[in-house]
Amino acid sequence: MMRLVAICLALLAACSAACSPARAQEEVVLGLSQNRVQITANFDGSEILIFGAVKRESKIPEIPLDVIVTVAGPSRPVVVHRKDRVLGIWVNAETSEIDSAPTFYTVATTGPLNEVLSHTEDLRHSITIRRAVRSVGSGVADPGAFMRSLVRIREEAGIYRLQENEVEMDQQTLFRTRVALPANLTEGGYETRVFLTRQGKVVAHFDTVIEVRKAGLERWLYTMANEKSAIYAVLSLILAVAAGWGASAGFRLLRG
Amino acid sequence: MQVYLPIAEVSVNLFALLGIGGLVGVLSGMFGVGGGFLITPLLFFAGIPPAVAVATSANQIVASSFSGLLAHLRRKTVDIRMGLILLIGGMIGSGGGIFVFNMLKALGQVDLLVRLCYVVFLGIVGALMFVESVRALRRKPGTPGKSRKRKHSTWVHTWPLKMRFRTSQLYISVIPPILVGLSVGVLAAIMGVGGGFIMVPAMIYLLGMPTKVVVGTSLFQIIFVTAFTTFLHATTNHTVDLMLALVLIVGGVIGAQIGTQIGLRMRAEQLRVLLASLVLLVCGKLALDLLLRPDELYVIGTAAG
Repeated sequence: MMRLVAICLALLAACSAACSPARAQEEVVLGLSQNRVQITANFDGSEILIFGAVKRESKIPEIPLDVIVTVAGPSRPVVVHRKDRVLGIWVNAETSEIDSAPTFYTVATTGPLNEVLSHTEDLRHSITIRRAVRSVGSGVADPGAFMRSLVRIREEAGIYRLQENEVEMDQQTLFRTRVALPANLTEGGYETRVFLTRQGKVVAHFDTVIEVRKAGLERWLYTMANEKSAIYAVLSLILAVAAGWGASAGFRLLRG
Repeated sequence: MQVYLPIAEVSVNLFALLGIGGLVGVLSGMFGVGGGFLITPLLFFAGIPPAVAVATSANQIVASSFSGLLAHLRRKTVDIRMGLILLIGGMIGSGGGIFVFNMLKALGQVDLLVRLCYVVFLGIVGALMFVESVRALRRKPGTPGKSRKRKHSTWVHTWPLKMRFRTSQLYISVIPPILVGLSVGVLAAIMGVGGGFIMVPAMIYLLGMPTKVVVGTSLFQIIFVTAFTTFLHATTNHTVDLMLALVLIVGGVIGAQIGTQIGLRMRAEQLRVLLASLVLLVCGKLALDLLLRPDELYVIGTAAG
């Protein structure tokens, strides 16, 4: 019995030493130009500089390192309708529900994505845009078509972006990239991940969160509209009546 | 300059929104309509989500109608009793409209319903107005057209539950005004309009009310119906965007003033032809969208609930 335990322990130790030698040797040190984005009334998008360094104890290995940076907005369920002609007019005929799709997604890499990342590692870490959208498929004949359309529409709108070769790397140690956040942002935590890969294998990764929040008047209105909706409704009506009365009184004064 | 709308969650050019508000204001000043039927489709084109566009237009109409009502109250051209009766129907219709709206929203068909309503009603009203005003233009100016004699006994006058409306000089059943109010209430909730363009003809031709009290009374009831609609949309869907409403109201107030000045310099028939062409133009654009094969067959919606 004691011998068995000892063998197990020895195996475990050997495995942990052999399986992840790189993980212990190279680490990501990350910096962000801002870790909080505030949406105010005149918010017009924001650009975030993501930079960092690879920390090592040993010499730089022979095989070059690649960097993948992903920024993902909060995920939401989404419905995708497909239009079809019914009685001469185009209506939403088929509807597919996609369980979870990020409201924003960007992948930036140092090289072509299929070279810097293997398929298995993509499955494990869900890095590519296609892997970021999750669906179990529902009620339609071809759920894949709905999923592809969602990704295509959002890519065309600039919400999902693949920025290959846009991470700059110096001396196998320093890296930096820019991610532009559009004006139409959803509130929430924007999960930011950095992966170091070598020959398609992830050797180290680092996660952090960029907080995107409505601020000031926007925050106040949004909170009130959702939490105290009756007061909000009355307020909008008072505002409308006051504006109507103001306009009437103002123009009477102008006309004399 | 971009402005971020907190409820719509989109960033839109401030001047584009002021322009939409202003344009609709000019029209409402020129033609004496609320302009809701134009503001909602224009907001669709500007990229505002339909649900927010409909709810916020209702709020904007409260402002423009209130301003108009004050002028009518000073001239004593509001039949408050008739307005209250129309209102009872309006409230029921508005509640029912919101219910239908939410049900179809869950089915993903709300966009279709709103667009179909627009095409049908704008088409009918636009065509009728166009034909009528072109006829009026063809008559030689100076010679008065055949004046319509107010019928004192249409079929609705034989219904029970009669009531006296002193300002309108009518003694009729309360059922037809309730029905008129009801249908306008449904439209207000679904289309985000005040429904003046349906209400005014219905009051003149169905109820036989004198023209001078029609606009004021219609405004009176529109305020309450749209206020009620705004309240329901705000509490059930959270889709009223105050920031958007404010910008539209400011644009509308300035536009209305310019519109009134233009209106004073033009003949009534010319104004009506213009308005009718505009209504038909909007209707045609919406109809083409429904009839032509869209470039993008897939549409992204938000999950219900």
